[in-house]
Amino acid sequence: MAEGIKNKVAVIGMGCTKFGELWDKSAEDLMVDAFGEAIADAGIDKKDIGAAFLSTCFEEINVGKSAIPLSKTLKLPFIPVSRVENFCASGTDAFRYACYAVASGSCDVAMALGVEKLKDTGYGGLPDFGHVMGTQNRMIFPNVTAPGAFAMMATRYFSKYGLSPTEGKEAIAKVSVKSHRAGALNPKSHLHKEITVAQVLSAPIISWPLGLFDCCGVSDGAACAIVTTPENAKKLSSNPIWVKALQLASTSGEELIYTNWDGAHVETTYRAGCKAYEEAGVKNPREEISLMEVHDCFSITEFVTYEDLQISPRGKAKEDIDSGLFELDGKIPCQSDGGLKCFGHPIGASGLRMIYEIYKQLQGRAGERQIKNPRLGLTHNLGGFPVMSICSVAILGNEQ
Amino acid sequence: MVGITSFGAYIPRYRLPRKLIFEAMGWYNPFNAGLAKGEKSVANYDEDSITMAVAAGMDCLCGRDPAQVAAFYLASTSLPYQERQNATIVSAALDLPSQIRTADVTGKLSAGSTALLSAMDSVKSGSVSSALVCAADTRLARMGSGLEHVFADGAAAMLIGGLNVIAEFVAAHSVSYDFVDHRRAAGEKFDRTWEERWIRDAGLMKIVPEALAGVLAKTKIDPQSISKLVIPIPVSRAAAQLAKGMGFKPEAVQDNLMAAVGDCGTAYPLLLLAAAVEDAKPGDKILMVSIGSGAEALIFEVTQQVEKARGRMGVKGHIEAKAQLDNYQKYCVFRDMVPMEKGIRAEIEPPTAFSTLWRERKTVLGLYGSRCKACGAPQFPPQRICANPACGAVDEMEPYCFAGRQARVFTYTADMLAFSVSPPAIYGIVDFEGGGRMWLDFTDCDMEDLSVDMPMNMSFRRKYLDRERGTSGYFWKAVPHVGA
Repeated sequence: MAEGIKNKVAVIGMGCTKFGELWDKSAEDLMVDAFGEAIADAGIDKKDIGAAFLSTCFEEINVGKSAIPLSKTLKLPFIPVSRVENFCASGTDAFRYACYAVASGSCDVAMALGVEKLKDTGYGGLPDFGHVMGTQNRMIFPNVTAPGAFAMMATRYFSKYGLSPTEGKEAIAKVSVKSHRAGALNPKSHLHKEITVAQVLSAPIISWPLGLFDCCGVSDGAACAIVTTPENAKKLSSNPIWVKALQLASTSGEELIYTNWDGAHVETTYRAGCKAYEEAGVKNPREEISLMEVHDCFSITEFVTYEDLQISPRGKAKEDIDSGLFELDGKIPCQSDGGLKCFGHPIGASGLRMIYEIYKQLQGRAGERQIKNPRLGLTHNLGGFPVMSICSVAILGNEQ
Repeated sequence: MVGITSFGAYIPRYRLPRKLIFEAMGWYNPFNAGLAKGEKSVANYDEDSITMAVAAGMDCLCGRDPAQVAAFYLASTSLPYQERQNATIVSAALDLPSQIRTADVTGKLSAGSTALLSAMDSVKSGSVSSALVCAADTRLARMGSGLEHVFADGAAAMLIGGLNVIAEFVAAHSVSYDFVDHRRAAGEKFDRTWEERWIRDAGLMKIVPEALAGVLAKTKIDPQSISKLVIPIPVSRAAAQLAKGMGFKPEAVQDNLMAAVGDCGTAYPLLLLAAAVEDAKPGDKILMVSIGSGAEALIFEVTQQVEKARGRMGVKGHIEAKAQLDNYQKYCVFRDMVPMEKGIRAEIEPPTAFSTLWRERKTVLGLYGSRCKACGAPQFPPQRICANPACGAVDEMEPYCFAGRQARVFTYTADMLAFSVSPPAIYGIVDFEGGGRMWLDFTDCDMEDLSVDMPMNMSFRRKYLDRERGTSGYFWKAVPHVGA
């Protein structure tokens, strides 16, 4: 059994831009801003960075392919730089590579930077998937959108657990209301307004049963993490944040090609969560995880993630959301920064934006949103669709 | 004995009440008031002559082995491709064997009967054992025209063979004339016509009788002994007058389906013939005429086998399986008669990789997946490594066709964000009886019609229309199961 990544790498600096419809900022601006905050936070020099990883997803409307846009923009001095693309898991995956680069001993300091400009398409929603599926899939897959693919999980969840559309919609609406409450406190988030359940329920339908407020926004943004070895971390930082687990689970294809999947959960989240808890030595996540940033691309996604990450028992997410478990002042605050719901989802940046919030919270530097005495924070990204997904889970802690 | 061994029909689900056409366009042409009765069948936005031919072919083959079909003819004047034979797309979707003769028969509204005669000749000569003929049309008429009320969309299919014949072919008489009542040049969207009175007096009332008289003379059959006279003329008064003039029994004239369907072009005579066979008794003599660039008259005699020819949707089943199209504008958009604001999202049309399509032709056109010989699990698209986590066998797959199988809704959504000509885009996942799962577009339904677990059937549809590169792309969609 491999030892895992626990306590072998620490985060010593992070940066995150304001997210939003940044019509006047280019990807270059966003990269420079996120990197500038991170390197100042780490207190190191650019020449100390031994490897870098760039995460972007929709390269055609963003910076294009390869890692060159990052090295060129930041004027990185001929170091190894790789581009990571794994749908919505891209940001966390780039972070994972940076940690592995350090843990392998190939460099002392590594960096992960995610950036996405989504607002240069000329229309709302994520870029159309027309070109991204490959020549065979686009002949046989429906012309789907992200809300549609996740809405199908809501339909199935409601059916499996006997919720009427009204009951189901109300249960998931509370997820968005909770996140908006936290996001309203965050100067870096895209959306700053609190919303009510009634507003969520009466919003226009995007893809039945998901309405406008069940969907996260689409925005531009960038985030950056600098990681290093334990020795360096202790030298350079007064409060390094320790990497406890980094897991990635990619579908075997069985959810769609075989018939064993129930359609009301995400198998890759469950699998990546199990492995992450094992790597981090977490025995009882509901008791040990202090806060979470999960992939709330849609309210239903966050809702089933509570169950898939074994925080809520199967079919019981509704009870936990009703009891306030995930509120900022609850037992396990979820999306203390407002989540994708309030930040929007510049794909390549989101995973690193989540780590940024956990990092700040674990350092006690989250300002108005600061939660009490957090010890372990978890981030979760879900790429693809529930029926064929790739999931990343990271666990970070403030004690080695 | 050579003749019809099976028949099938397809009438699209949507019916447009003609009074809606007149309410929208009557201001322009008040003389159309007399035509504003009944309803006409309208192809859904994802249907064309190819997809409707497949549907009629499936209805006709119902349960028969497609591998036995040795020739296939597709008759239509509204085929999507001028080169890339349309019949080959239909035959691939119907899972007909590759080692067969195929042809598009086109250029005249009587192409369906010419295809039937070719099929019967080739069976009679012994060169093929069985031949399938499909006829389908989706002709457009300009807004405000009288023809807009008359033209409808539909398809019919006839299986021709020498065994288990339900209607034996007796004789035919063809006449060919360059009588230009209608014309549509290559690449044009709408028909151009000459004066209706001339068409009636100089055409219908002269050329049709010539064909009818010809076949009666050949066979020495008394018009009074004809039980069913199939005359595809939208004006029933004209058909009745013609029948009376030639000594046929007035009650023999087959209903022209104008009230419920309309004039489906090349499919029209075959659809009426299917309706006649559907109701026929052993011994009935059916005389069918088809009209276009001349006329052809064919006589069939119904056999005892007709009693066994049940179990298809047929004409009646399809007439009943309908939903009203409740506005004229939707019809104009479905049939692409007016420019629509489709949004930038709709501009994103990836090119069709024809080398991929060739490699995956059984998957895309035939809806073939694979079934694991080790564990029995059907899977789509075809896999080399079994997706059953308890199995995982490598290269133990056999081909497995999903097209004719029933499925149940696993989950679904109605998506307002995805581009669709008929929003919301409805799609979902279905589980097949006997195993296998697929993520598909749903069509011919509204979201309110759907529920988890309801039964669905597979329907061959146009998946996209890429005008920029001249490509109609096809795949299968799920439609709610109709009937028992």
